[in-house]
Amino acid sequence: MPLKFFIPGPLREFTNGARLVTIASGASTAGEALERLWAEHPGVRDRVLTEQGEVRQHVNVFVGVESIRFTGGLDTPVRDGDEISIVPAVSGG
Amino acid sequence: MIKPHHVSVKDGDVLVLVGTMKGAFLLRSNAARSRWDVGGPYFQGQSVYALAYDGRAGRRRLLAGPGSMHFGAVLSTSDDFGRTWTNPEQANVKFPEDAGLSLKNIWQIMPAAAGDPNTLYCGVEPASLFVSHDAGSSWELVRGLHDHPHRTKWQPGGGGLCLHTIVPDPQNPERLMIAISTGGVYGSEDGGRTWRPRNHGVRADFLPEKNPEFGQCVHKVVAHPSNPRRLFLQNHWGLYRSDNGGESWQDIANGVPSDFGFAMTMHPHDPDCVYIAPLDSDMFRVMPEGRLRIYRTRDGGESWEALTRGLPQKGAYETVVRDAMDADDLNPAGVYFGTRRGEVWGSRDGGASWSTVISGLPPVVCVKTCLIGGARPAPRGRKAAAAKKPRAMAAKKAAPRKAAKKKSVRKAAKKSTSRRRR
Repeated sequence: MPLKFFIPGPLREFTNGARLVTIASGASTAGEALERLWAEHPGVRDRVLTEQGEVRQHVNVFVGVESIRFTGGLDTPVRDGDEISIVPAVSGG
Repeated sequence: MIKPHHVSVKDGDVLVLVGTMKGAFLLRSNAARSRWDVGGPYFQGQSVYALAYDGRAGRRRLLAGPGSMHFGAVLSTSDDFGRTWTNPEQANVKFPEDAGLSLKNIWQIMPAAAGDPNTLYCGVEPASLFVSHDAGSSWELVRGLHDHPHRTKWQPGGGGLCLHTIVPDPQNPERLMIAISTGGVYGSEDGGRTWRPRNHGVRADFLPEKNPEFGQCVHKVVAHPSNPRRLFLQNHWGLYRSDNGGESWQDIANGVPSDFGFAMTMHPHDPDCVYIAPLDSDMFRVMPEGRLRIYRTRDGGESWEALTRGLPQKGAYETVVRDAMDADDLNPAGVYFGTRRGEVWGSRDGGASWSTVISGLPPVVCVKTCLIGGARPAPRGRKAAAAKKPRAMAAKKAAPRKAAKKKSVRKAAKKSTSRRRR
């Protein structure tokens, strides 16, 4: 089962407009899964991670319905078929 | 999202580039500066603290540093006056991994002197300098400043720890001044390889040691191209002038209602003329007495005069931030400033009288001007007479675009697949 990535509107210019990106898995962590996403859509990476490889403060990554901030960060386990959502945090001014 | 309006720009036009907390706008006028077309909003929802125009080597390039609260900041360029902007897949202004830092915001974009037409500088938060030697395509961290032993002791001011001011020396490409809040002024004489603090005489009222070697909260530094060794400085309390390239500074707060403020800009043709926007105090960062006054010196800071004609003198609790004032290159000079309340004011007589150029914008944090293709004489006769009317400066409402114009926009977008309309 491939991994499914849900891409927020502002980043879809880097996924050819796609809201849903499916990628053959093999990843065992959220970090590895995201590496596979940027391998195919490199423009997403720098919008989600800082130069230091950390998830940006106002971007949330969910595996299923759980934010990875509370489940081990980029080391959060993933399984084939998981849905990974990249979601801008509820923040702004 | 709002469909942006675009301006059509011709040689001799003046552009006022306006960065706000929620996007950027382009104001365009001919040399009369009596009517303004409004382009934008570009970078919708993103703060734009840095804007610049690069007209060197045949380019007509706008540069912007939009910052998304969510997705970070990149340096974006437009070669068609805002119709399309680059949005690089890989962030172009970024710290190398070993620097241990992550970019928070782009605060300043500064083309180097005309004799060095492919070099640009970029000042960022956390306080660092980047340089591009290929007209902005690629950027690298200036290691000489990054490795300076003072860097770890710089402290963030209210706007963060930012390198917000870059003053190249048009007569010597190896010479460069920068300013950091709070770090103070640093200068390099060797193209950025080594740096030395230049704060002698500048106060640091917020520190136990009032005259430290570095650590001052310098808000803005300007110099006239004809005399780059003479610098003017608006400090976090204090107005200064240096006549020796920043080696020492003397107080020039002669007759201003407050020497606290952020914005400072140089007259384009008069090296003795500087404009500032004093604020009440660090604890109440609004115009003193609620009067919107720009101050001007025409004698290098020996005296200052209030410029008030056309500006509200009652209940105007306005704030003008450090990069929200600039002057154009025409004669008489146009001077422009933007407020936190979202207004841009302009004067086309060097500050003698003012009128609103546009209002209703998000909080204005950046105002830069440029003259496209060099100066042309202002219109004469009836047009010139009309231009003297104060209200004639207002931006005209965006007219409905014609079908033909839409077509040309589509054509332009299609031409460059690496660009997008923003």
